[in-house]
Amino acid sequence: MADVADNNPVLKHLLDQFRDAIIETHAFRGDVTAVVESARYHDVVLCLRDDPECSFDFLVDLTAVDRLKLKQKPRFEIVLHLYSRSRNARFRLKTRPVPDSDPVIDTVVDLYPAANWAEREVYDMFGIRFLGHPNLTRILMYDQFVGHPLRKDYPVNKRQPLVEERPVHNDRPGMVFE
Amino acid sequence: MGVGGETPGFLTSRLSDGIAWARKWSLFPYPFVTACCGMEYMSVSSAHYDLDRFGAAWPRFSPRQADMLLVVGTISHKMAPVLRRVYDQMCEPKWVVAFGVCTCTGGFYDNYATVQGIDRVIPVDLYIPGCPPRPETVLDALMKLQAKIQKQHHPLVGPVRSAVVGSK
Repeated sequence: MADVADNNPVLKHLLDQFRDAIIETHAFRGDVTAVVESARYHDVVLCLRDDPECSFDFLVDLTAVDRLKLKQKPRFEIVLHLYSRSRNARFRLKTRPVPDSDPVIDTVVDLYPAANWAEREVYDMFGIRFLGHPNLTRILMYDQFVGHPLRKDYPVNKRQPLVEERPVHNDRPGMVFE
Repeated sequence: MGVGGETPGFLTSRLSDGIAWARKWSLFPYPFVTACCGMEYMSVSSAHYDLDRFGAAWPRFSPRQADMLLVVGTISHKMAPVLRRVYDQMCEPKWVVAFGVCTCTGGFYDNYATVQGIDRVIPVDLYIPGCPPRPETVLDALMKLQAKIQKQHHPLVGPVRSAVVGSK
């Protein structure tokens, strides 16, 4: 960890401030990643945005990963991609919301308004709740939809029609995944 | 004269043929465009391929003024009630064309979101395969639809030789 941090001032700065909260780091050709404890996630994002050493003022993307089939614990992982316009630098931050049965994490809408719809999409697709989000409702699927389709335990072609389907000829069975 | 009977008279069958002829050359499409097939629809409806040769050039963006529902692009389960409603708002006679493989079968989208063919939502007269279909395929389909319309008879002046499409 130390040699990676030595090569990257942002990681070094982050480790100085949040050494106990940072679970792992990774850097490859200037592409830097840090994984933080979910309890300190909001503090770390605030530091990354406001600290002049970091000044990541642009949230490129916020998404999630379901690691169910990777057999990793905790199951879910939130991934943030940040960009600094002043320093032309990028940073990837990961955190793992717990518990697996009802994953919860702090919102970062108060820091990046752009996170609003991204967090709603993560909630819709993965069922991860964001504490403090101003409007945590489904954004892509309809309200009648049951479950979260990008979870690895959701059957990939399980459909929930809104209108009653007409009988069709040559009804083929859908592909079966496991 | 055998109105509505088994053997239509000469005059009523000519009248029915005349109505069918008029209908097939004055199709008013309603383009229900949701996805990338829309680009191909734009191509086929523009000057180069010129749908106006078939009298089907003028898209009506009100379902009440249209008689050919062109479903162009993937239909998701969230969109299906909208498609159903647009279809219900169209007046008889009406014909439905499934444009592109997504509307025919769902295409390669065998997932949680996509309707596996719009015939699960509304009855379909003509299926155009392709991802997207080439304009020539669409013109061929349009001529096939015209042939189909020519065979359909007006229920008041002749027996229904093939079922009136669009009824329940």
